[in-house]
Amino acid sequence: MTQLYERSAQTTRGPSFLARFMEAAHMPLIYFGSILAALVIWQYVATNYFNPAFFPSPSIVLTTAWEMVLSGEIFVHSAISLQRIMLGFFIGSAVAIPLGLLMGSSRYIRAAFEPYTEFFRYVPAIAWLTPVVLWFGIGEISKVLIIVYTTVFIVAINTIVGVGNIAPNKFRAAASLGATPLKMFLYVTWPATLPFILTGMRLAMGNSFATVVSAEMVASDKGLGFLIFNSRLWMATDKIFVAIVCLGALGMAADRIFRMLIRRFAHQYGSAE
Amino acid sequence: MSISTTYGNIMPIGHTEAAVTAARPRHAPSTRIALDVQNVGLRYQTAKRKEGPLVLSGASLEIRHGEFFCLLGPSGCGKTSMLTLMAGFLKPTEGQLTLDGKVIGKPEADRGVVFQGEDALFPWLTALDNVAFGLKMRGMGKAERYAKAEQFLELVGLRGQGQKYPTEMSGGMKQRVQIARVLVNDPKILLMDEPFGAVDAQTRSRLQDELVEIWQKTGKTIVFITHDISESVLLADRVGVMSKGPGSHIASIVGIDMPRPRYRGSPAFGVMWEQINNLIESQEGQP
Repeated sequence: MTQLYERSAQTTRGPSFLARFMEAAHMPLIYFGSILAALVIWQYVATNYFNPAFFPSPSIVLTTAWEMVLSGEIFVHSAISLQRIMLGFFIGSAVAIPLGLLMGSSRYIRAAFEPYTEFFRYVPAIAWLTPVVLWFGIGEISKVLIIVYTTVFIVAINTIVGVGNIAPNKFRAAASLGATPLKMFLYVTWPATLPFILTGMRLAMGNSFATVVSAEMVASDKGLGFLIFNSRLWMATDKIFVAIVCLGALGMAADRIFRMLIRRFAHQYGSAE
Repeated sequence: MSISTTYGNIMPIGHTEAAVTAARPRHAPSTRIALDVQNVGLRYQTAKRKEGPLVLSGASLEIRHGEFFCLLGPSGCGKTSMLTLMAGFLKPTEGQLTLDGKVIGKPEADRGVVFQGEDALFPWLTALDNVAFGLKMRGMGKAERYAKAEQFLELVGLRGQGQKYPTEMSGGMKQRVQIARVLVNDPKILLMDEPFGAVDAQTRSRLQDELVEIWQKTGKTIVFITHDISESVLLADRVGVMSKGPGSHIASIVGIDMPRPRYRGSPAFGVMWEQINNLIESQEGQP
């Protein structure tokens, strides 16, 4: 670091350029520096202490990844997993948001549905896999339904909490300003709950990734979960690592999008996430 | 400066109309009753016990058209409960309240409420949209309601601040937005629940002065809840002192016949303050 500093001092006549650069870039530098450091340690440990079939180094994983990119194999598996996640996630949210808003707004509707949300949220989606495959076949429908299931409870419960968090004065103010119950629902309950809904969706997205992998391991011939499970049979540890990296990267990208949405819609609340 | 003996006629409830008229400050434009609280009792219903605590009992009060009325009392005496009944958020257990002869049963746009807390504002809307909310609920078109909302933002001293969100505004600004949001709806009466209780002292006295100006400009009837004697002396035509709870009622009404603008440092102000303070202390001394 000292060396770098001295060199830049010579070329730019003074440290101000570097100082300004560090001021603007120190967060990304730490972020990517951390990734780089982890890769270096991984490479060192893997090449010096382990058999590649047991713990492949990043360079081996990268080589395998490149082969899988060229053959197109990785895209096939990623695309099908992502499609299942997205379909299930959006259908699940589309069911859960109105359900959560209604359950949060009316204690009668809440009393009618609460036994099911309370009961089934402790039953993981993967427990349903066999009955669902029996009922709906081994095709896409079963996998998507499993994701719908896992999404519904998380999003619905967050939505209910969001409705419960609305200050009573907001409803009172709206009523005194002439809002009918329907308008109150549309113009107070819905916008006030939106940040909670987005947070719930963000959490559910994480769960959808976990669930799709489990489902694909048990009942699929495509997808990242299948790739991981199938590679196990051939001791293709490098392929498992490629799948793991894919899952992480896709998940991070999805989470980024959600954080942006939450910031966009929740910034007026003073708390970004 | 001489202190007139006419300051502060203390009138117990149930006095003859003649006595009420005699004490009526000359600024109040009418003796017509706007809001009539008739022998009201309120008992909160709690989930566990059937009999909740008795908050109000036998409370009667007549608010006149165009007057600035302050409701004052020791903390926990049920001032806010009284306002809650006036707004229609709760129904009284006994008695009834009427506005211009019509029984109050639920919240409606003819009774505008300014809350103490800023949590009554809608943080997902700009100041302008907050003010235009009531007009939108009533189905007014976009251009018209924004024009009106701008006009009322200006009235409360927030010209050009309409695009700010509540989180970007100070406590004082947020209370101004609340006042504009209610006034734009043209209610018959303004119900204000310690609206300046949470702002700093300097902002508070500015808001008090401006509220009096707005009241004089618009001629609205105002019921203003406070626990601050100075605030009530500064603002009110009449001050209603509530008795200590449980089961409190309006113990006495004091007319404040002081010319406006009023000055917090004037001797008359001090006399009035003392008088009301004695009333409250006599309330607190009672078992």
